[in-house]
Amino acid sequence: MENFINDWGLTVTTFLPMVGVAVMLLIPKAQEELHKKAALATSLLVAVMGILILTQFDFDATGQLQFAVDHIWIDVINSHYAMGLDGMSLPLVLLTMLVVPLCIIYSWNHFPEPQNPKAFLILILVLETGMIGTFMAQDLVLFFVFFEVVLLPMFFMIAVWGGDDRRYASLKFFLYTLFGSALMLVSFLALYFLSGSESFVLSDLIAAVSSNGISRTAGLWIFAGMFLGFGIKVPMFPFHTWLPDAHTQAPTVGSVILAAVLLKLGTYGFIRIAIPVLPEAAVEWAPWIGLLAVIGIIYGALGCLAQTDMKRLIAFSSVAHMGFVMLGISTLTDFGINAAIMGMVAHGLITGMLFFIAGSVKERYHTLDINRLGGLLIQAPRMGWIFGLCVMASLGLPGLAGFWGEFPAILSAYNPGNGLPVTTFRVFMVISALGTVLAAGYLLWLLQRAAFGTPKDEFAEDPSITDVTKHEWISWAPFLALIVAIGIYPNLIFRVTDGAVDASLNDCLQVNASELTAEQAEALGCASIYNLHEDHEDHAAGE
Amino acid sequence: MTTQLLTLAFERPAIDWHAVAPELTLLAVGCLITLIDIIFLEKARPYTATLAGLGVLATAIPIITLAMDGVDRVLFDGAYVVDDFALFTKAIFLISGYVVILLSTNYVAEGDYWENEYYGLLLASLMGMVMMSSSRDLISIFVALELLSIPAYLMVAWRKRDARSNEAGLKYYLMGVFASAVMLYGMSLLFGVSGSTQLSEISNFLTNGTVSSVSAITLAIVFVVAGFAFKVSAAPFHTWAPDVYEGAPTPVTAFLSVASKTAGFIALLQLIYVGFHNQSDVYEPLIWILAAASMTFGNLVALKQTNIVRMMAYSGVAQTGFILAPLAVAGHAGLEDQALSAVLTYLAIYAAMNLGAFAVIITLSRKTGSAEIESFNGAFRYAPAMTVSMAFFLFSLAGIPPLGGWFAKFEVFSVLASSDDVWGYALAVIAAINSVIALYYYASVARRMWADEAPENDLTPVSTTSSLVSALAICAIVTLAFGVVPQIVGRFADVTLLTLGG
Repeated sequence: MENFINDWGLTVTTFLPMVGVAVMLLIPKAQEELHKKAALATSLLVAVMGILILTQFDFDATGQLQFAVDHIWIDVINSHYAMGLDGMSLPLVLLTMLVVPLCIIYSWNHFPEPQNPKAFLILILVLETGMIGTFMAQDLVLFFVFFEVVLLPMFFMIAVWGGDDRRYASLKFFLYTLFGSALMLVSFLALYFLSGSESFVLSDLIAAVSSNGISRTAGLWIFAGMFLGFGIKVPMFPFHTWLPDAHTQAPTVGSVILAAVLLKLGTYGFIRIAIPVLPEAAVEWAPWIGLLAVIGIIYGALGCLAQTDMKRLIAFSSVAHMGFVMLGISTLTDFGINAAIMGMVAHGLITGMLFFIAGSVKERYHTLDINRLGGLLIQAPRMGWIFGLCVMASLGLPGLAGFWGEFPAILSAYNPGNGLPVTTFRVFMVISALGTVLAAGYLLWLLQRAAFGTPKDEFAEDPSITDVTKHEWISWAPFLALIVAIGIYPNLIFRVTDGAVDASLNDCLQVNASELTAEQAEALGCASIYNLHEDHEDHAAGE
Repeated sequence: MTTQLLTLAFERPAIDWHAVAPELTLLAVGCLITLIDIIFLEKARPYTATLAGLGVLATAIPIITLAMDGVDRVLFDGAYVVDDFALFTKAIFLISGYVVILLSTNYVAEGDYWENEYYGLLLASLMGMVMMSSSRDLISIFVALELLSIPAYLMVAWRKRDARSNEAGLKYYLMGVFASAVMLYGMSLLFGVSGSTQLSEISNFLTNGTVSSVSAITLAIVFVVAGFAFKVSAAPFHTWAPDVYEGAPTPVTAFLSVASKTAGFIALLQLIYVGFHNQSDVYEPLIWILAAASMTFGNLVALKQTNIVRMMAYSGVAQTGFILAPLAVAGHAGLEDQALSAVLTYLAIYAAMNLGAFAVIITLSRKTGSAEIESFNGAFRYAPAMTVSMAFFLFSLAGIPPLGGWFAKFEVFSVLASSDDVWGYALAVIAAINSVIALYYYASVARRMWADEAPENDLTPVSTTSSLVSALAICAIVTLAFGVVPQIVGRFADVTLLTLGG
């Protein structure tokens, strides 16, 4: 068993959904119940594989690639089938494995128009393969392939099952992302040829760049290409305009997957590929990334204040939240990148959950116009409270997951990595802190308008407005539990990611990251956060 | 006395029968079909397509045996060569030809067109293509080109009661003949300067000989390349393509857009690699312009098309630009083989995905009776499998992994990115932007088929035939397999033409 997981674990996990797809293709379209069961069973099996991997995962060596496989895939271009899992990818892989089955359960009885569960579920499973594969791939060509595999199902999900404006939204989503990834591919290729690497495997590329060197101009251009590819996916200001449309038009489950996992593919690309491979170019670009991140935070928040559609508002809040994540990354410090990964997971859980609620509200009220909503707490009290909890989590209330994504990211900007302009980043810190105030503003205002007060006349007597249903409970409970659990005990994530971030930053920036963070923690007067964290590590080591 | 004179004048060259077995098989089957038609008349009709298909498959046998033999065979003092390059491209032609026969089977029979002649001509054209793969001499290239083109002129006008088909036939003929004339003029200049029709000798002369007139050589290369630019429908020589594609019977369109275009590229490759290899300062800028213009122009015009066949025509122009792109840096030291294998890989994958797209268009048109893109709206409701396959082919054409097209585009990018030259990088960026533009129209068609309402809400299923389904299956499997395990095509396309150049 142990050997099996070691050698085959990642491959099986990645391609298991495709086996499910193959089985479902053989089942006739009319047997909807069977399709749902097959899809759920597949996604649960993937989750079981995830748990098995988790049991075999060596938590003391999160900085190393575990369960690594490396075979030649396309030898004419020296591309390998190289997969591996470390502390940076593990939380995101687990998040994906969690989100997919819950989405299937959520849509059990209400598939969006035009129904057709077979096609819908097949697309979700294809998405799962793409997402898991992207997080595990260690070869740039393989990464690119998985990165793109995700596009097609999402495109169809929006184009077929989306809202009224789905044509426009789906194409916009597709074109923006493809534009980014086309330039990203050119960058990958240029990197490969200019560095003289012997293969597209990430570790080979990193080694080749650091030993052979790469000219400053080339490095800057290549980083710019990757920046476009990943930045559009994140999405960073000013490339964010596809996101509100895609989110608003996508079916509920599509929005959830988009928010929970797809956006993370971009930020993950930064910390997995762009920064480790081209650390010097990253240092030069970092202030600009930070600037765009901060603009995104403020712009997203202001955008939220202007929205009247609940889904669109949540979409704009994503822009702001991903701004915090990017700010953390742009500091190029251990602390900042840890915060970024935490922010990714927290945003995935919280915003995913908010989209679930928006979907359920839409189902009951047939509208998401905030001005027409109201009194959710009276008509569906449980849902109202869940909504309240998620809003609090989203605005970064301490004790809930969102806090650990935002707060450390802001703090990390106080003391950015070596070679970065300190003053600039401190200005960023102040501005982004203002962003949290705005976030509290728009989120509480949303809660007030949608949940408080009395129901509007048109819905007051509507019998179809019911409280949380069984399927909703099942699919929401794990999200809520994790939001609270991570909020109370953030080391669930930090402990896994820290080693990996440390290792990758150490490799590339040649700074002693742990020293840096201790200093930083002291300077910031927030040693307690870190002490908690380091205590725990000592504790674990003691065991 | 007379016999003595004749033997002096004509010495029969030694012929390696094994090497020419594919051509002979095709010729034999073509003759057989014609004979059967003459003897059995109407009774033979239902079997013609099958016979033609079997003939093409039988032709694959000598190709396999030749490949297993693995020896380069040189005939007629180097005018006709059977090497890995030739075998690989012959295989592309035969498989494309077989798929076209499958596509034609019901189309030609149901349209009540002449059948035996149709397949006879198709095989003749195919034979021209197979010959083209081996031609390393100006004369054999020209003969092969005419052999593959003249039957195609007739086939384009096959729907003889339809004015548009006749128009297409005439237009194709006039344009084709004009292109041939231009090319022939270029060839005559080459012969005049170098004194030989053999590509390797021309190359020798251009490299080592005393070149009296640089401008004559430049003019010759430009004319020859321009002539083949017509054949591969590269902008600005593409103007015939949309009208011809629209007017021709759709299976013939599929044939033109894949096999005939590939043949043009094969000829170009042989000319550039064997003939003009050291003249890269002449052909590289020329090809660069053709590639950039074809990509950009083809894509921009394709955006506006409402007829799917016209859209495919312009998309074909854009794809031509992509296939040409590696040749724009093919003269760079160390890149020659890589550029060649990129072009061959692209051609093989392009054949599979483009034929697949036409297979779906033919099938769906059986129901809709129209090639307007709107008439395919909502096909997902009544023909889900067809729609999914169409999405496969369209997104493969757009270059989205894990479908075959991504590897083709990847190879092009990788050649351009390793060119270490501003022009190469610039072309890579142009190609990257173009792949996004292309996605717009490919994805629009896919989205209409998936998401929109069917016209008049007519959800009656399409009637498929076993030959259409098998054509579709071949294309879909190949497209997917090339995308997931690109090694298959990568290995076969890893050939060289340079050893023969010296």
